[in-house]
Amino acid sequence: MPTQLLAEPGTKVRVRNWTPPGHVRTPAYLRGAIGTIERVLGLFPNPEDLAYRHPGQSLSLYRVRFALSDLWPDATPGDTLDAEIYAHWLESADAP
Amino acid sequence: MPHDHHDHDHLSPSGHPYRADQDTGLSYWQTMEIAVRELLIDKGVLTADQIARQITAMDERTPANGAAVVARYWTDPEFAAALLQDGRQAVSAMGFDLGPMHLIALPNTPDVHNMVVCTLCSCYPRNLLGLPPDWYKSRAYRARTVREPRKVLAEFGVTLPTTTHVRVHDSTADMRYIVLPNRPTGTMGWDVDQLAALVTRDSMIGTGLPKSVA
Repeated sequence: MPTQLLAEPGTKVRVRNWTPPGHVRTPAYLRGAIGTIERVLGLFPNPEDLAYRHPGQSLSLYRVRFALSDLWPDATPGDTLDAEIYAHWLESADAP
Repeated sequence: MPHDHHDHDHLSPSGHPYRADQDTGLSYWQTMEIAVRELLIDKGVLTADQIARQITAMDERTPANGAAVVARYWTDPEFAAALLQDGRQAVSAMGFDLGPMHLIALPNTPDVHNMVVCTLCSCYPRNLLGLPPDWYKSRAYRARTVREPRKVLAEFGVTLPTTTHVRVHDSTADMRYIVLPNRPTGTMGWDVDQLAALVTRDSMIGTGLPKSVA
């Protein structure tokens, strides 16, 4: 059972740099990136379980906002990207 | 001289390229869909008429639904607050049922331009906008919108100053998104039907702007 980060809006988080096999809904281009919780969306069943007809573990779902320039060096400063990321894919930005 | 234009030989009289007939047989999933549909009908779970009516209902959803939501957002402050607070509930009260999906309405401002993409598949608010355009599902749109949104916008005819921040929203999970474009200037006193006619599909995806008033 994956551990879940608990975070509030404004918390800085890092997307885990995992490359697991299977049905995963965390885009590869965000893995390892640091962003800020934009809002907390509530509990949703883990789609990585549902894809294989397992009961979905209830996970917090977050909208995380990234500076586009943190993802791509040539981006326009101030532009952002928001994505929905499940809690087990996030860790504190201070984690080693 | 009809034979002077060899390059046009593959075009139909209307000027469109001929499309190969689909003589390759059914794919695995097409066969599966037909088998399941026929079984459901044989076993009395559904009738062919019910299936046809459901397909019609899905095809009848159009961007006019979303345009009605945007026009009301522009004119009804109480609704606007409710829409930003809980999108699904607010549009449900207008008769647009989103099923299990949640809705986040993304208000543009003079300083912020929102645009929506689904890099993982093609998530789209079908109940508000109908079927997605083919380009929304293309790998080019999905890959490029998160990588170079301003270039994509420019190709749609939307060139924004760098003082306007672009916010890209990657629809990766259980939310669906509708962009709330800025109300065009010169529409003071317009009613919701007049305003809704200005709201284009692309302005609610974020790749366009509403029609302007001459």
